[in-house]
Amino acid sequence: MAILVNPDTKVLVQGITGSFGGRHTQLSLEYGSQIVAGVTPGKSGQVFEEKVPIFDSVKEAAKESGASASAIFVPPPFAADAILEAVDAGLELVVAITEGIPVRDMIEVKAALQGSPTRLIGPNCPGVVTPGAGDNSHGGCRIGISPGYIHKSGDIGVVSRSGTLTYEAVWQLTCNGLGQSTCVGIGGDPVPGSTHLDIIKLFNDDPETRGIIMIGEIGGSAEEEAAAWIKDNCKKPIAGFIAGTTAPPGRRMGHAGAIISGGKGTAEAKIAAMEDAGISVAETPSQMAEALIKIL
Amino acid sequence: MNLHEYQAKQLLAQDGVEVPGGQPCTTANDARTIAEKLFNDGHEMVVIKVQIHSGGRGKGIFKNGFKGGVHLCKSAEDVYEKASSMLGNTIVTKQTGEIGRQVNTLLVSSAEKIVSEFYLAVLLDRESSQPLIMASSEGGVDIEEVAETNPEAIIKLKIDPLLGLQPFQARNLAKALGLSGKMIQSAAKIFAGIYKTWWKCDASMVEINPLCIVENPDGTTKMSAVDAKISIDGNALYRQKKIAEMRDLNEEAELEVEASKFDLNYIKLDGNVACLVNGAGLAMATMDAIKHFGGDPANFLDVGGGATKEQVTAAFQIILKDPNVNAILVNIFGGIMNCNTIAEGVVAAATETKLSLPLVVRLEGNNVEAGRNTLSKSGISLITADSLADAAKKVVSQAAA
Repeated sequence: MAILVNPDTKVLVQGITGSFGGRHTQLSLEYGSQIVAGVTPGKSGQVFEEKVPIFDSVKEAAKESGASASAIFVPPPFAADAILEAVDAGLELVVAITEGIPVRDMIEVKAALQGSPTRLIGPNCPGVVTPGAGDNSHGGCRIGISPGYIHKSGDIGVVSRSGTLTYEAVWQLTCNGLGQSTCVGIGGDPVPGSTHLDIIKLFNDDPETRGIIMIGEIGGSAEEEAAAWIKDNCKKPIAGFIAGTTAPPGRRMGHAGAIISGGKGTAEAKIAAMEDAGISVAETPSQMAEALIKIL
Repeated sequence: MNLHEYQAKQLLAQDGVEVPGGQPCTTANDARTIAEKLFNDGHEMVVIKVQIHSGGRGKGIFKNGFKGGVHLCKSAEDVYEKASSMLGNTIVTKQTGEIGRQVNTLLVSSAEKIVSEFYLAVLLDRESSQPLIMASSEGGVDIEEVAETNPEAIIKLKIDPLLGLQPFQARNLAKALGLSGKMIQSAAKIFAGIYKTWWKCDASMVEINPLCIVENPDGTTKMSAVDAKISIDGNALYRQKKIAEMRDLNEEAELEVEASKFDLNYIKLDGNVACLVNGAGLAMATMDAIKHFGGDPANFLDVGGGATKEQVTAAFQIILKDPNVNAILVNIFGGIMNCNTIAEGVVAAATETKLSLPLVVRLEGNNVEAGRNTLSKSGISLITADSLADAAKKVVSQAAA
């Protein structure tokens, strides 16, 4: 059954006519996902790749196509507005792929989302994949930029702040014959729409998710907060990995949110909190699937 | 992006935050002129401070033997002499490392008569995704030490970003810091100005340490930002054009500046095993794996999700400019990225740079067979690996050989 999205989820794409958005919309269509509409203001009436009608606004696109989820590929200066437009249109799920949105914009977006039924994933994330039952997981729901073919339909949930580390984990699972229920990239920014904990709670309640891999990195305390909740509440086996043991303090390691500041957000503290919560923490990123298999 | 103290004070002053009078300068003559004016205005003492992005300036030592990056002076002549010893010379502080930092700019300002010192910073509270003001009546000291030894001495105030800092919150903060009488209102105005600077300038952090109550020449008192540190959210520089112009490339490591020209995310470290990886998380994890198997990473390098042949070549050139490097690990998980593109880039770069160091390559993902083929047919000498752990083990043993 998966979380957030399933193979029938209808998805619209904001920024479908940009080169990045267009390329990944094409890949999602090839994967068999239900991409039903695109949004680019001023381009209403056009059709993407002879398949996907384009609208001026999210409201129109959602009304005409029945989409309940959005993928946002809009450039950083306009991305906060795009998120708020999707929220205003009442979509259930908004996945912001855009990297480089100013923190101040996201602080405002997050405040505006208080009390809203819309769930935001990202920004600066690879997106969400619920693998399908076909060859190379074809027929699933792919929102974002993950490679579809590495997935396999199954019962392991994956949540991560990093794109390529998610792919590592998914590939290891697939190679070991373990499929995934849903893979969620929550993104590498300091103000994320959803946290590890938000997603872990969904996996915990999902009857079709048997085990979880949680991947974190230096910066902030989201992993510690998730671990504290897991310790008392989570019924499912969880394996984990934290990147950044060797990162120097005070430097941003690629992701805007990956920074140890004022002695806070170290890998050591996160690993300790996760181990204390009974999470099986992999020693190297090559052992993420192995760490989970040990406790399944 | 970090700003210099004088730049930070200029921004704060624009929002009504009182700062000591003075100006930046780049010559000893200008330093004397600024000092003369301050003495003429009735100030008894003038302070000169080196403008570098580093803490511990006061205790820094210049490579020419001159001691201290911050000096109190009683005469304009003294300012001239001290400025002459500092400008153009390299200072080493506890934060710069042995290489030190060349001093090109000094801030010459009035030395305030400090009555009491406070600490105040505005930053993002990542837990709540809200702006946070941190303040303490223990100013002028290492705040991280206060946080550890005496956490109750730090007051934390979360701000609703849609409303901003309300006057009553600012007054309550002043009270909580032990202020009374007229000082409550005037401190509240300063707090509002500091918060406004943080918000308006897209700052990641504004830190005033110390924020002081100072005595004017006429005996009255006021609150003044005696030191100031501001860092700006790099993602917002497109709309902060004036602030973007304040970037000082002298303060950034040469190789990191070079890398940024190619949209590469590179951070130099002290080890000898270089790595080239796609994705920030995987790049960090690769460094960790090198350390895990007993090696020492020479850098963090994320070539991004859509690296081109040119970027890979530039990345190799940057890695090779680090004289400590004696082995290289390329770790690519090609999701959407075509592994063959990377393989072609690696071959081109190795050929172009006449690479003689041991090279370990681990490729996985999209079109990996073609990529492995390209590598094996190229004739360049390299070691292939099956997994990240395998690659890290191999590169560490090569580096140690």
